[in-house]
Order: sequence, then structure tokens, then C-alpha cells
Amino acid sequence: MTTIELKRVANVIRQDIISMLVTAKSGHPGGSLSAADIVATLFFNEMRINPKDPKWADRDRFVLSKGHAAPVLYSALAEKGYFSKEELKGLRQTGHMLQGHPDMKKTPGVDMSTGSLGQGLSAANGMALAGKLDGKDYRVYALLGDGEMAEGQVWEAAMASAHYKLDNVTAIIDYNGLQIDGKTDSVMCSSPLLEKWQAFCWHVIEVDGHDIDALLAAFAEAKTVKGKPTMIIAKTVKGKGVSFMEDQAGWHGNAPSVEQGEQALKELREEAANLG
Amino acid sequence: MADKQATREAYGKALLILGAENPNVVVLDADLSKSTKTADFGKKYPERFFNMGIAESNLLGTAAGLAAAGKIPFASTFAIFAVGRAFEQIRNSIAYPKLNVKIAATHSGITVGEDGGSHQAIEDVAIMRAVPNMVVLVPADGEETRQVILASAKYYGPVYIRMGRLDVPLLFDEDYHFEIGKANVLKEGTDVAIMANGIMVSMALEAASDLAAEGIKVSVVNVASVKPLDEDTIVRVANTTKAVVTAEEHNIIGGLGSAISEVLAERQPTPIVRVGLKDTFGESGKPVELLEKYGLTKAALIKAVHEVLAKKQK
Repeated sequence: MTTIELKRVANVIRQDIISMLVTAKSGHPGGSLSAADIVATLFFNEMRINPKDPKWADRDRFVLSKGHAAPVLYSALAEKGYFSKEELKGLRQTGHMLQGHPDMKKTPGVDMSTGSLGQGLSAANGMALAGKLDGKDYRVYALLGDGEMAEGQVWEAAMASAHYKLDNVTAIIDYNGLQIDGKTDSVMCSSPLLEKWQAFCWHVIEVDGHDIDALLAAFAEAKTVKGKPTMIIAKTVKGKGVSFMEDQAGWHGNAPSVEQGEQALKELREEAANLG
Repeated sequence: MADKQATREAYGKALLILGAENPNVVVLDADLSKSTKTADFGKKYPERFFNMGIAESNLLGTAAGLAAAGKIPFASTFAIFAVGRAFEQIRNSIAYPKLNVKIAATHSGITVGEDGGSHQAIEDVAIMRAVPNMVVLVPADGEETRQVILASAKYYGPVYIRMGRLDVPLLFDEDYHFEIGKANVLKEGTDVAIMANGIMVSMALEAASDLAAEGIKVSVVNVASVKPLDEDTIVRVANTTKAVVTAEEHNIIGGLGSAISEVLAERQPTPIVRVGLKDTFGESGKPVELLEKYGLTKAALIKAVHEVLAKKQK
């Protein structure tokens, strides 16, 4: 896909996120919107996947360690054709497959059940170790949050990825700088992330997480790195694309009302029109 | 004196069988491979052995990822660290998605001995039993451990296997048959039943022999499969004996005694006495001395049998 096409996909994903959360009346808009460009680039350009065969043994894997951003993943999966977009209306509803946090048993295309923060990179490492054992060339992508950096298990896993030279792992931090209780560095300072991941023997790339070209270049670079995993620190804006949600911690875990949803969709449709 | 073997020793040997049989079996440890006995697998199959360092959360989380990609991981550490430190990884990364991970925990119970109460898991069965999708197995001796490990590898889904540090008597030979979800009636009697698992099974058999000399006919049931529990066998035996003693090297809250009490309360109300740790932590000491101090002995079982028989007569 071209850059402009990926931008259009990211815009559609953002619209879906808003519509889903308005219908569900609960969920996490801020960290879903901040990750939309990253997820669009992964699912529509980067990853080797087949929506008709979600369990394909040679597919690239995606682990949404920041599982509360499930709406961004569900929207990408629906847009990609893993299931009907009608399903998005069932988000968080009893008896429907789209759980509040990703559930690999219920949703085609979800490679790992996540949501309890800090656990995703370990699972990604396990998949990557299995790939190496089996002589397969699939890659494993893990998307983490910056608030999640406070979880000790992240660093246990970081050590292990490097120890086992998992160059088939690319992790991304959706570095939006906010978490439930406020600014990430005021709740629990995780800076400097670049130096921390470098010190853990990772190849580290810093990008603007809303710059599709920069993301494409970072993913391409990760594939050339041998003998160590790659961390892409993607600087993002929480709530990106909806003016009144941008950079507001309050939009971490609150769904927009019908009126707020209309306003958000209006803005996103205008953005789409500008994209042509 | 019967030959003895620690269940962890039998585990290490069973892993070598599995390693040869199934290339998808992988083993993970957390810097305790010499104690958990996974080290021999590591020597023989280094490419399939992953030492995760002293990081149990990541140990279980990585095992989940390996299972999600088709491997059959056996993840080993001491019971206290597997179930304690990594509980929520087991719950959310393994049991919730029903991934094919075998949590092979050693050094359970007070027979850890000298390392003391901090290292003696006495609540692990209770915790694991409460987790949906989890199978919980507590083998009694070396042969049963071998069969438990092989059966776990064949079964698809998460399994918690509880093993010990201490050498325990070898009770069974290859004619013995372990099956997930089945209890084994080792001895049929009509007066009282002792339902035990782990290291308490050999003591139950010895107690039954001593009680026979008193004219008390004891059934001994080995309940290695705590979950799924063989309810029908338990109810059938209780219906015959009308009195039950449970025995486990575990807190009396939440373990085998609780599981059996739950079933009997609903299906076959029966006088019952639970032998186990009386809601207390262990301490440092020689395993045999600790068993004596905390009432996990043949003598304690005999006393419990008399207690439950008194209840039955009321």
C-alpha cells in the first residue's frame, strides 16, 4: 500500500474506534487512537498474514501487549477481512466475540490473549523462539504502552529477547506520554526509554508514530538487524485525530457520548476528505 | 524398606523420554534446573531447553508464547515461585487462552525442609484448582510421576504438576495405570477410606496395614488427579465406608481435602476428617522432623481414622 492509502486506512480505523466505543458505551479511546497509524502500517503493509487462514503457521504474529487498545486491533482485523464489520457493534457485549481485551480463543486474527499489562513481550518471545526452532522466517510484532514500562515483567522479557538474540522480534512502544493517572513520567518515570532499551542490548529506533513513511522505514530497518531484537519507540499523541481527545489523560478509558462521537466522526471525515 | 526416589527425579527422567518421542516438547527453567532435574534434558537437547534466569513471570509468559506457536512447553521451577510469583501469568497468559503449557513444579510442601517456610508451597493446589481450564496432578511416587508427565504431554491444555524434593517410597510398577481424571483404589476396605495424594499415599498404605491388625478394614484411594476429580469413584467408596479421611502435604484449606469435602457434601454426605497443614506455614528443619511436627505421619492418619470412626458411630 502507498503512504496515502495507509493514511486512509488509519482514518477508517479511527472512525471505527469511535463508532465502536459509542455503541459499547465503554472502552479505551485514547490509546487506541494513538496506535492507529502503527497498527494500520503493520496490518496493511508490513505483516505477512492471510485473513482467510488466521492460523497459518508461517504468518507473522502480532501481540497487543497494551490490550486495552483492543478496538484498534479489532477495527484493523475487520477492515482486513478477518470478520464482518458488523461484529464491531458487539464490542464488550454479552455473548459477542469482541471482548474488552483481546481473546485469541474468541476472535480470529488475535494471536495472543492480552490485557493484563506487562505480559505481551514474553509471549512474543515464546512465539519467536518457536519460529527459530522450527526454522520458520515469520516475524513477531509486539505493541506495548509507555505506562506499561513500569511492569517488571517487561524488563525480564527485554533481557530474554536479547539473550536469545531474537532478531525476529520487533516491539513498538506507543509512546503517548499519558496513562490513567496522568503524565507517564509523573506517575512513574520511565524515561529515558531510548537508553534503557539500548542498555538491554536492543536495536532501538525512534520515530514519529504518526508518520507512516517513518514507520515503514523503521519496520524495514528492523528486518535488516541481525542477532538482536528491535524496539521502535514511536512518539504518539494520545487520542490522535480527535481534537478534544488529543493529549488528554481523561480519554484513556472513557467512551464518548453519542454527541461527542458525532463531533469526533465529523472531524475524522473532514480529515478523510482532505486525504482525498 | 522399599526403594525410594524423589518425584522430581522421575520427572527429569520422563522428560528425556518425551524429548526423544516428541520434537515439539521444550523445557524452560528459571535457574533451578539442577534442583528441578530439567538439567539432563538441557544437556541432551540444548536447542530445546531455555533457561530464563531468575524471572518466573517471564518463564511462564514465554512458555505461553511457545505453546501459542505449537510447542509443548514444560516450565519448571519451585512450586512457590511458579504458582506464587507467576500466578497471574498462569491465569491470564496460559489458562484463560487454554494454552498447552505444563507447569511442572517441584519442591512443594514442607518436605522442602531446611530452606524453610518461605520456600514451602502449601497453598499451590488450592490456587491452581480454582483456575478454570487448569488440570491439577499430584503424583505419589516415581512411576506415577513418569505416567503423569507422559499423560500431560498427550493432553492438550494447561496442566499443573506438583512434585517434591524428598525421596519417597516407590509404590507402583509399570502395571499401574494413571489416567487424568481417574482415582486409583489401591486397597478395598469397608470401614473407612483414606483418600490421599503425593507423599501421603505411602503413609496411607502403611496406616491401613496397621489398622488391619486392629480389625479395621481401610480403603486407600490415590487421588493424583485433583482436578478433574474422579467424583464417581470418591462417592462410590464413601458410600461403602461411610467415613473418609483425606491426607495431603498441603494446607487443609483448598486442597484435596476441600475438593473431596465439596463432592461428598453435595453427593454423599459423609463424616470426614482432613489431615494436612492446619492453616499454618512451615519452617526450617529436617523433612522427617517437620512431617512429625506438623502431623503428616502414619500415626496422624491412624488417629484421624479413629476420629472419623467415632463420628460415624454417632
